[in-house]
Amino acid sequence: MSSSSFLKVSVWRGKAKGAFVTYDVPRRESQTVLDVVTHIQRAIDPSLSYRFACRVGMCGSCAMTVNGKARWTCRTHVSKVVEGDALEIAPLSNLPVIKDLATDMREFFDKWARAKGQFKGTRTRYDDFAVVAPDSKARGAANAGIECIGCAVCYASCDVVAWRPGYLGPAALNRAWTLANDVRDVQQKERLLAVSGDAGCHACHTQGSCNERCPKQIEPTAGISGLKKLAARAAVRGELG
Amino acid sequence: MITVEQAARITEAKLWYWQRISAMVLALCVIVHVAIMIYAVRGGLTGAEILGRTRGSVSFAAFYGVFVLACAVHVPVGLMRVAEEWLHLDRFLSVVLGKLFGVTILFLGLRAVYGVFTG
Ligand code: FES
Repeated sequence: MSSSSFLKVSVWRGKAKGAFVTYDVPRRESQTVLDVVTHIQRAIDPSLSYRFACRVGMCGSCAMTVNGKARWTCRTHVSKVVEGDALEIAPLSNLPVIKDLATDMREFFDKWARAKGQFKGTRTRYDDFAVVAPDSKARGAANAGIECIGCAVCYASCDVVAWRPGYLGPAALNRAWTLANDVRDVQQKERLLAVSGDAGCHACHTQGSCNERCPKQIEPTAGISGLKKLAARAAVRGELG
Repeated sequence: MITVEQAARITEAKLWYWQRISAMVLALCVIVHVAIMIYAVRGGLTGAEILGRTRGSVSFAAFYGVFVLACAVHVPVGLMRVAEEWLHLDRFLSVVLGKLFGVTILFLGLRAVYGVFTG
């Protein structure tokens, strides 16, 4: 517990144009940032808009910018991020603001689709299970990225997304990488083409903000490097497209 | 058949590959170059001394020729990115700017190599 029993919480109100409004929120033990936002909405101003669902770090809907950094708010303790008694809570960067702390996530998820983030196999329910060796290299690579909850923290933290609005971003490319390592998937070539070029993996500068901020400790840049190598090799051999 | 946009993606993938390869060459070149510099500056450095080493030396000319070539491949790709992302130039202008810079490096670099070789 901090010495003060109240937090000074500045919350973004409005859309792209708006302002920070400051609220006094009582400090509690083991309080999360989501608890703070919920308190404001329930006890101070019911018109505050924000998103959450699971509250246990599974659904990925509660991400916001907290004191300048994108975080999953349901699993972020106030004590970890508070500066003195001040918290600044804003919507995620690199996404259009719908209202207050809620952003429009359509472009983020459309990019997953554009990166061919869908699995496509050939077996039907009448076929036997595919056998994938758990200790194979490909399965290991897929495992490393598979726990993504789609919170967009990486996307909001990525400078390349800010510079190139068309860039697919770390989450979509991480998804593509897990599928590139799925031996059952049959659209590898199309996917490699979809994630190539300056909207895809080759635009990444390996700055690593995504690795640093990912609440699930995934390293999207590792997958992106893998895609770069696969795609460039295929392109030079004339096997891409 | 592939679309124009897909063709552009393939070009991007190849450019990345060439930038990688040229970076590896440059890494080696820089190490050798720095080693030569450290060796050469012992006890002062004069123009005559440099020319004495480089004049007529095919291996010197070949080494620095490769160095210049790797620069001319590597630099334009990076500059295109900077032009697009930081100066917000469009694709076409960035490519032109990058290529111009590459050709300039190639010309000035090779001229310098030729200069110290024939000296
Ligand atoms: S509310 Fe589901 S991850 Fe935070």
